[in-house]
Amino acid sequence: MKFGVIVFPGSNCDHDAYHVVSKHIGQPVDFIWHKETDLSGYDAILIPGGFSYGDYLRAGALASFSPVMNAVKDFAAKGKFVFGICNGFQILCETGLLPGALMRNENLHFVCKHVNIRNENTNTPYTSEIEHGAVLSIPIAHAEGNYVCDEETLNSLEENGQIVFRYCDENGALSDESNPNGALSNIAGICNLDRNVLGMMPHPERACEELLGSNDGRDMFRSLAKAVAAAG
Amino acid sequence: MKAKVYVTLKPSVLDPQGKAIHHSVELLGYKDISDVRQGKYFEIALDDAASEADAAAAVEKIAKDVLTNPIIEDYRVEITS
Repeated sequence: MKFGVIVFPGSNCDHDAYHVVSKHIGQPVDFIWHKETDLSGYDAILIPGGFSYGDYLRAGALASFSPVMNAVKDFAAKGKFVFGICNGFQILCETGLLPGALMRNENLHFVCKHVNIRNENTNTPYTSEIEHGAVLSIPIAHAEGNYVCDEETLNSLEENGQIVFRYCDENGALSDESNPNGALSNIAGICNLDRNVLGMMPHPERACEELLGSNDGRDMFRSLAKAVAAAG
Repeated sequence: MKAKVYVTLKPSVLDPQGKAIHHSVELLGYKDISDVRQGKYFEIALDDAASEADAAAAVEKIAKDVLTNPIIEDYRVEITS
C-alpha cells in the first residue's frame, strides 16, 4: 500500500497530509512534485490544501493544467483513490474530476475556524469507519469554499449519494448559521459517481490529534486505508 | 494583433464581490445604480505573423479552456489589429 501527496508551488498542507498517513495509518508515503507524470507505483493520491499558483486566475485553475493532473485523471479512471482537501477540492473541480465549482465565500471573508460537518453517506471508501449522520468537528481555512452547481447536477448528486458531508450545527441540524461560506445545500464535501474520488473543503488531516483540538478526522484516513487494503 | 477577453459570471450566479462594491458605491452617494457585477479582463498579445483566423481560433480556445470556468462563467473575445 503506497500513498502519494502531490506538491504544487504554493501547496502548504502537504506535510500535514504526509504526517497523517505515515503516523496515524502507518503507511509508506511520498511527496510527488507536480511535474511528475507517472503514478503507477501508488494506490492513493492526496491533493493537499494550500494556495497552488497563488490562487491566480481561479483557485485551483492553474494547478489543473499541471502535468501531474493528467496522470491523476488516468489514475482516477482506473478506480484508484484520489482525495482532495481544500485547495485539492478546488483543483478536482477545475479538472472536472468532480462536478461543480467553488466560488468566493458569500461573506467575502477568509474563514479559519472549526466547523461541524455531518456525514451523509457511509458507503464510500472515505467514510466506511464513520457512523451515518455522525457530526465531526473539523477545521476550515479558505476564502473560496462556496460550492455551486446547477440544479440538475445537485439533483444527481443527491440521487447518487455523492454528497458526503454537509455543514451543520453541533447537533447535526442544517442551518444557514452553520454554513460558513454560503455553499449550496450546505455542501462541504462530495465524491464522484464511482466514489473513488472525494473532495472536501474542511481539513480532516488537521483534526487527527487531540492536541490540535479534534481527532475526528482520523476515521476518514482509517476508512481510506481499509479501502486501499481491500482493493489490493 | 491583440485579443481582449472579457470573463463574466453567468447571470444565474450570485456575485458577492459585486454586491459589496455596489454597497460601497451607494455609500458614496450614487443612488441610481441598480447592480454591479465583477468580472475579469485579459489582454493577449499575438504575433503579427499569425493569420487573423488562426489567432481568433487560438484565443477562442484559450478563453474557453483556461480563462473561463464554464460552470460559473461566460466569456467574450474581441480581436483588434
